[in-house]
Amino acid sequence: MDSNKFIRSVRLRESACRGCINCIKNCPTQAIRVHNGKAHIIDKFCIDCGRCIRYCPHHAKIAVYDPLSVINDFKYAVALPAPSLYAQYNNLANVDIVLNALLKLGFDDVYEVSAAAELVSEASREYIREHMDEAPFISSACPSVIRLIRVKFPSLISRLLPIKAPVEVAAEIARARAMKKTGLKPEEIGIIFISPCPSKVSYAKAPLGIEKSSIDNVVAIKDIYPLLLPHMKHDESQLKPLSHSGRIGIGWSNAGGEVAGLLVENYLAADGIVNILRVLEQLEDEKLHGLTFVELNACDGGCAGGTLTVENAYIAATKTKRLTKYQPVSRNHLSENPELQSIYWADDVEYEPVFRLGNTFKESLRMMSDVEKLTAMFPGLDCGSCGAPTCQTLAEDIVRGDATPNDCIYVLRSNIAELSRRINDLTENVTAGKALSAEEDELLHRYIRELTADLASFGVPDKTKQRKE
Amino acid sequence: MGEPLIYTYDIDGEDFTRAGEASSSVKNRLKMLGVDSAAIRKTAIAMYEGEINMVIHADGGTITVIISDDAITMVLADRGPGIPDIEKAMQEGYSTARPEVRSLGFGAGMGLPNMKRFTDEMKIDTVIGQGTTITMKVYLHSDGL
Repeated sequence: MDSNKFIRSVRLRESACRGCINCIKNCPTQAIRVHNGKAHIIDKFCIDCGRCIRYCPHHAKIAVYDPLSVINDFKYAVALPAPSLYAQYNNLANVDIVLNALLKLGFDDVYEVSAAAELVSEASREYIREHMDEAPFISSACPSVIRLIRVKFPSLISRLLPIKAPVEVAAEIARARAMKKTGLKPEEIGIIFISPCPSKVSYAKAPLGIEKSSIDNVVAIKDIYPLLLPHMKHDESQLKPLSHSGRIGIGWSNAGGEVAGLLVENYLAADGIVNILRVLEQLEDEKLHGLTFVELNACDGGCAGGTLTVENAYIAATKTKRLTKYQPVSRNHLSENPELQSIYWADDVEYEPVFRLGNTFKESLRMMSDVEKLTAMFPGLDCGSCGAPTCQTLAEDIVRGDATPNDCIYVLRSNIAELSRRINDLTENVTAGKALSAEEDELLHRYIRELTADLASFGVPDKTKQRKE
Repeated sequence: MGEPLIYTYDIDGEDFTRAGEASSSVKNRLKMLGVDSAAIRKTAIAMYEGEINMVIHADGGTITVIISDDAITMVLADRGPGIPDIEKAMQEGYSTARPEVRSLGFGAGMGLPNMKRFTDEMKIDTVIGQGTTITMKVYLHSDGL
């Protein structure tokens, strides 16, 4: 299996991890386990949604992305600001204020992702119109949504809109334009995305629907936000007119923004990974009827709610609405962008059966039978003390060879009680004055050894040690 | 031939919003078994229709799902009123659901026809006043495909 396929940008900061169960309980794909007092993310289960970053009370989950200094790696650096960047600022009357500040920060040029988003909207409208009989379509702009569908909903893969994400389209156009303008080679030009989320960081390294992304580096909105503030000049006479996107493009930063640009009436727009999971289940079961388009955003509130943003997602949504109030509907058209070779996916997204138990159906059937037996043995409290999110996942881990029944503290407790009872029975004979046979003596020693080992495996976190850290 | 997996679900006759829980649970297990998505889809749709029917007409019942090497077998047993005319009930659009049930979007008369369409075998045993047992099979070819 291609290891690059499951690359992720959500990481663990081990020194900060206390081994609590908040992340394992909140992970939508049950991709996290706690073993030996530290969380571990299972690569192939993780969809990089960043939910654990939000739920970890100790800030032990972090996102990795590039520092702004990457602009020095190139002769010519183009910033691709996500529209959610604009929504971070208060009282922003003009997008050019942000775009001009990006130039002052050191970028040689800017190309708005919202401009490319309008091209994606146009292509989507055309595609939907031409393929109406295959509806409903699912938006493919959020990489975490694609990754979720790829591992959990094989029957829905064919419903993904086979159109590149706005940021990819922006990167292709920006590079082509920069090459034309400067005469530089493609590798001398840096295309740097200013991202609201870690999911797009992974996307740039392991894209979906195409072989290689045109994005060179990804920096975080939360890093760029404060750096732009001193460069933001609100005097409009001093601003270069750089912005070229309308209400549809900028609106993509909010939940519901994508469907607003499609002009379809029968749509569903869901945001937040838990809500999305429910929608996908219902779509898979064909319980949702009459839909043309389904917009899904992994983050609450859409991209503006990404984990690399600073503003509250709902306030950001209002700010975006205010910013776009007097904008034209759309300012970009496919016919005016000949440098864009193709807006469609070149590759198919393939089902990755990472949750399958065995390598063959027969093997899986046998393993599932063991899973059911083990699950029945556990108390069903889903307490998480074993380090797995539910009793069922612990059973799956055991069957996959990644855990043991003694990881369940209730199983361990009853084992200990049973061993103590046997030891007690044997020693009662001694108390009553009867000598133990050699066999009984050996048994007694064995029970004591087992009991000691069981007690040692309790692995209660050392509180005093933690406080010192 | 390995040991088949057997799951039993009690279907609550009171609650429409919970119908579909059993088929969802079976669907997720079939995915973990690596069963082909077309067979999963057929099973999930047929079973969901069956669940809904049990809620609408029979005040619930029991569903037993048997997953073996070569087939997924669903046995839906209820103690409802029985089906007086199976031939009529199998017609698309024929429904005896109450108006309030139809107003919720159910009871369009597609339940039994869909169950038949999405399965490879279907058998209906019904006794008026005693209940109905529907047995459905979705075949699995070699290696769960």
